[in-house]
Amino acid sequence: MLLDALTLQLGYNATLVTVGATLLGVASGVTGTFLYLRKRALVSDAISHATLPGVGLAFIVMVLLGGDGRSLPGLLMGAALSSWIGLLCVNLLTQRTRLSEDAAIGAVLSVFFGFGIVLLTVIQTMGSGRAAGLESFLLGATAGMLFNDAMVIAVGGALTLLVVVILRRPMTLLAFDPEYAAARGLNVQRMDLAIMALAMAVTVIGLKIVGLILIVAMLIIPPVTARFWTDRTDRMTLIAGLAGGAAAWIGASLSAIAPALPTGPIIVLVSFALFALSLLLAPNRGLLAVGIRHNRFQRRVHLRQGLLALAQGQPIYEAYTLRLLRRAGLAHADGVATDTGRARAAKALRDEKRWETVRQDQAFESAAALYDGLRDIETVLTADQTAEIDHRIGGPKEVQP
Amino acid sequence: MSGVEFVPLSLTPMLIGVLSAIACALPGNFLLLRKQALIGDAISHVVLPGIVTAFLLTGIVAAVPMMLGAAGAAVVAVVMIEAIRRLGNIEPGAAMGLTFTTLFAAGVLLLEQSDTSGVHLDVEHALYGNLESLIWLDAIGWESLLAPVALAGLPPELARVAIALCGVVVFLWLFWRPLVLSTFDESFAQSMGVPTTALGIAVVMVSALAAVAAFDAVGSIIVIAMFICPPAAARLMTNRLEHQIAWSVVFAGLSAVLGYVLAGYGPLWIGFEDAVSAAGMIATVSGLILAVAAFCAPHRHRTGAPAL
Repeated sequence: MLLDALTLQLGYNATLVTVGATLLGVASGVTGTFLYLRKRALVSDAISHATLPGVGLAFIVMVLLGGDGRSLPGLLMGAALSSWIGLLCVNLLTQRTRLSEDAAIGAVLSVFFGFGIVLLTVIQTMGSGRAAGLESFLLGATAGMLFNDAMVIAVGGALTLLVVVILRRPMTLLAFDPEYAAARGLNVQRMDLAIMALAMAVTVIGLKIVGLILIVAMLIIPPVTARFWTDRTDRMTLIAGLAGGAAAWIGASLSAIAPALPTGPIIVLVSFALFALSLLLAPNRGLLAVGIRHNRFQRRVHLRQGLLALAQGQPIYEAYTLRLLRRAGLAHADGVATDTGRARAAKALRDEKRWETVRQDQAFESAAALYDGLRDIETVLTADQTAEIDHRIGGPKEVQP
Repeated sequence: MSGVEFVPLSLTPMLIGVLSAIACALPGNFLLLRKQALIGDAISHVVLPGIVTAFLLTGIVAAVPMMLGAAGAAVVAVVMIEAIRRLGNIEPGAAMGLTFTTLFAAGVLLLEQSDTSGVHLDVEHALYGNLESLIWLDAIGWESLLAPVALAGLPPELARVAIALCGVVVFLWLFWRPLVLSTFDESFAQSMGVPTTALGIAVVMVSALAAVAAFDAVGSIIVIAMFICPPAAARLMTNRLEHQIAWSVVFAGLSAVLGYVLAGYGPLWIGFEDAVSAAGMIATVSGLILAVAAFCAPHRHRTGAPAL
């Protein structure tokens, strides 16, 4: 059943929804990447909540003009207009007053949303049930999606992607070094607005499928997921697009096969699952990788310290060190060194003395910089150099009484 | 308007609106100054899954389990934001957005999956609240304020919001000095021996308490608006914290009263028949107050270095 859904075998409406959602997922992942890199991910929250009064006003205007009031392009245009005003309000509040950006975001999102709700109640009293369905913009509703709606989403998503491809270099520059970008002659404010406009486009397109509260998740979660897998912007954009698309595809398919599985929330939860997997499993930045790296480092430190203790005849109290030494066959349970243990311990102590000499000599400065108390000296110096150091240290000396 | 009509129908909703607005605006001042303004937003989103979980566990729609559930969800959200931020090395805004949208989605899913058709529990209700329905049926006029029988019939939300407001005030009064110190100069506060981390968590918890109590009565949209708009407008009025808090209380009360009146009677004045959402109107009025403050408040300009 799930396979059918994933391969688009579940009928016309399910296919429309799945394809539309996937396109939206790709577009939002890619766009969200720049929002995230610019550290303004939560502006999308203000943008999305600010669409509501636009939707309401557009409906009222269309009804007053004698239209149906529910035509998707009209509603989306209204949404775009009011979220643009909301965006400008955020910018005005942050630039003209002393309020910080998060306060501006919160103020705009709550006030616009509140006003939107006022308009919704006005619409409810306006006419005989014609308003039915406007609430669906809060959480999205895919059940009655029409071919034209899907086309609006597809075309909008494609255009957004195109603009991102065109603007990717200035947007990257801006995200990493705004001062340098300004010095290069880039209009920072306008480019910031462009990033926001792209986020707004995605938000407006996504209203129908996931609704205005959850579209924020589609803009934030895929980029955060992608950040775990790479340190390069181009790859991050690509991975974020893939993650967003995959989450939307799987989510839409899941919601198609069972009742009471609303599309928007399922997509968000699948997206979060991808994030959680990345948090755990990603190479280098994932928790598992960090844990393994930490353990390995800890083992090296304990082993080294244990060997030095053995060489100097000091007792070992740390249970973990002793266990490591015993497992490596370097010491007995009572902390007495085995033959190999004695040999390795002597080598460790000798290395320590070699390092000491290396670090005192200016000529070995570059090698000395690599000293971290753990590194084997052969990995840093050539055999000749080691021999020279050994020569300087000299052989065993008589102990002066 | 006579007391016969006003007291039963409008007095209690208005009082509840004012009390919850002030209960949210007070901790909102500190959240604003600590650059955590959006915590209120996050908390009010995660209240939904908390309430739904409480309903699924207990099977009843009752105030106490729901408030416990909502408070629990707020704690889960705060812990999750911190965990994601630290473990994943992710900037706080994104961690917050990720957390509250995911929890909200989980709440919606739970709601759809469970059979809540018999009870009054839905997303719209969670967003708008139903301030208009909190009427005092036992009242017959101003004299009911002194009649014990009528007072027993007050909506329970009023008592809850009043208790939450008292809790907030007591917290601020008890911890005023360390709170102010750690808000303005965290490292200095630390060096003076103030447990700043614990205090930071306490501020968030008190905000959650106010949010949950107010949410029950007025819906999440007022909660977010009251956490941010009155303190933000007050911030533009003065440079002194005491004055800022006083202004924010005034603004919060004003938005609640004006918003309620405009929602209830405004449409009638311009010829419509039905009232509009009071919650939405209160949020709108608080936004208008902020807009006016942003254009002509005495301390609206930033001094010193521009914000990042």
